[in-house]
Amino acid sequence: MQITDELLNKVAALCKLEFPGETREQLRRDFQRMLDFVDLLQEVDTEGVAPLVHMTESVNCTREDQPSGTLSREAALKNAPQKDERYFRVPKVIRQ
Amino acid sequence: MKSYLTLDEIQSDLADGSISCIELVTHYLKCIREQQALHAFVEVFEEEALQKARETDQKLKQGSAGKLAGLVLGIKDVLCYEGHTVTASSRILQGFESLFTATAVQRLLAEDAIVIGRQSCDEFAMGSSNENSWYGPVRNPHHLNKVPGGSSGGSAAAVSAGLCHAALGSDTGGSVRQPASFCGIVGLKPTYGRVSRWGLIAYASSFDQVGPLARSVEDVARITQVMAGADGHDNTASPHPVDDYPSLLASATGQRYRIGYLREALESEGLDPEIRRFTQQYLQQLAAAGHEVKPVSFPLLEYVVPCYYVLTTAEASSNLSRFDGVRYGYRAPNVNDLETLYVKSRSLGFGEEVKKRIMLGTFVLSAGYYDAYYTQAMKVRRLIQQQTLELFKRCDFLLTPTTPTPAFDLGEKTSDPVAMFLADIFTVHANLAGIPAISLPLGSHSSQLPFGIQLMAPHFEEARLLAFSKQLMDVCLSK
Repeated sequence: MQITDELLNKVAALCKLEFPGETREQLRRDFQRMLDFVDLLQEVDTEGVAPLVHMTESVNCTREDQPSGTLSREAALKNAPQKDERYFRVPKVIRQ
Repeated sequence: MKSYLTLDEIQSDLADGSISCIELVTHYLKCIREQQALHAFVEVFEEEALQKARETDQKLKQGSAGKLAGLVLGIKDVLCYEGHTVTASSRILQGFESLFTATAVQRLLAEDAIVIGRQSCDEFAMGSSNENSWYGPVRNPHHLNKVPGGSSGGSAAAVSAGLCHAALGSDTGGSVRQPASFCGIVGLKPTYGRVSRWGLIAYASSFDQVGPLARSVEDVARITQVMAGADGHDNTASPHPVDDYPSLLASATGQRYRIGYLREALESEGLDPEIRRFTQQYLQQLAAAGHEVKPVSFPLLEYVVPCYYVLTTAEASSNLSRFDGVRYGYRAPNVNDLETLYVKSRSLGFGEEVKKRIMLGTFVLSAGYYDAYYTQAMKVRRLIQQQTLELFKRCDFLLTPTTPTPAFDLGEKTSDPVAMFLADIFTVHANLAGIPAISLPLGSHSSQLPFGIQLMAPHFEEARLLAFSKQLMDVCLSK
């Protein structure tokens, strides 16, 4: 299938990426090449084959339900690019 | 300092006092400084490694040292180590400090392994040449204008150049075995679920596996034995019992195995003629040694790489959605609304290859294309696994070259994404099927570059795989 600008825009919006002018043509070319390559899979006859979803035979792998702590607030905030004492900070979400 | 092939040799010298851990670490630190041009390490834990060495020497004196005392280890920059930076060699994780230690690393530390630093890799383990690292490319110690392979390229280069004794990498489609082949060392991808992934930065969760790189099969066996086994933090880590791999290494002696070689692999167009010739001769030697060597057919070979790319990019697009510039990692400056914050942080934080894979993965999962690509690839994966397990009814091991060519030039494949993908054609098979596979440095090319032979075994047959590998390496070294 042909990769159009419209399709690129739609996919980029879904995964929250943007590709400014000069990188766009390169992306379109590479994307086309990658897609043509994976299109090979359409040749394989998979009639009646169930998709392989889980890679282990294990079913219901559980452990004892022991209460324990997870990350402390301080640890969770440690790597935040912007924070105050209690919260991650982001730009204002609600417009006035 | 003498060059040690195995940890056994190191420990025997530690025991008779002819070397100490502090001397070992000092030696490796010096080598790292002298070989900075390789770019293998992105950070060296100098003071800390020296301190651990002093502590381990003390423990050795008291007789309380763990079973990996004397092992100086590098870790790929995708494994968490509490209190240390980990970045997946990406801009988006610059400055991120691990809040806990990966189980695989923790178990080695508990046996007194010393972590000397973290090693460069392709960004988020996506690549086959280590040219996608935010820190710049790593070079192959055998030839500085060649790539070391990827994505665990820094780890392979460091072990090969003697900058550390062994390393931990991760293997999603060949990322331990392919660089091991390019750098002339041993690399193992264990069975899916054999080693816990807790603390491994995820790329494609139904493929990822932690694996060791070392100069000998013995060390690979010892490291894997310590790391493997169930983990309450990762319920995909299998409760299947862990064999005592090191003590079983002699079990292949006198055994005659059934070895199948993939006809399609040896006939494959892109295979270097010298590697083909060597592999054929090698198979003849194995037959002469009494093994049953036979060609087997694996007609799905041409579909393994496309199948791998659909599934891994899909899983990556999901795994990497967590990087949004809010809770950790890079945040784009001067942004006034949340949506733009996500888009700018991700677009500036991720490198080009990672963004391309997220795009492809998002596309194959999107409404209207999901069944044609993602579901179809999962069906093809089932066929690949079924056909592979069929082959193991007639063979104990499957053999292929690890890679179609020896290490290629820096920059040679960066302009064509598909050419780079095909560097993984023989290695992705094991990840698609979930089976263990090893690369052994048996070949030497007229270009002076090493190359590996790969053995694959059925699920959880690491003990037999390692024992046979040891036998092959012993024969090779005795020549």
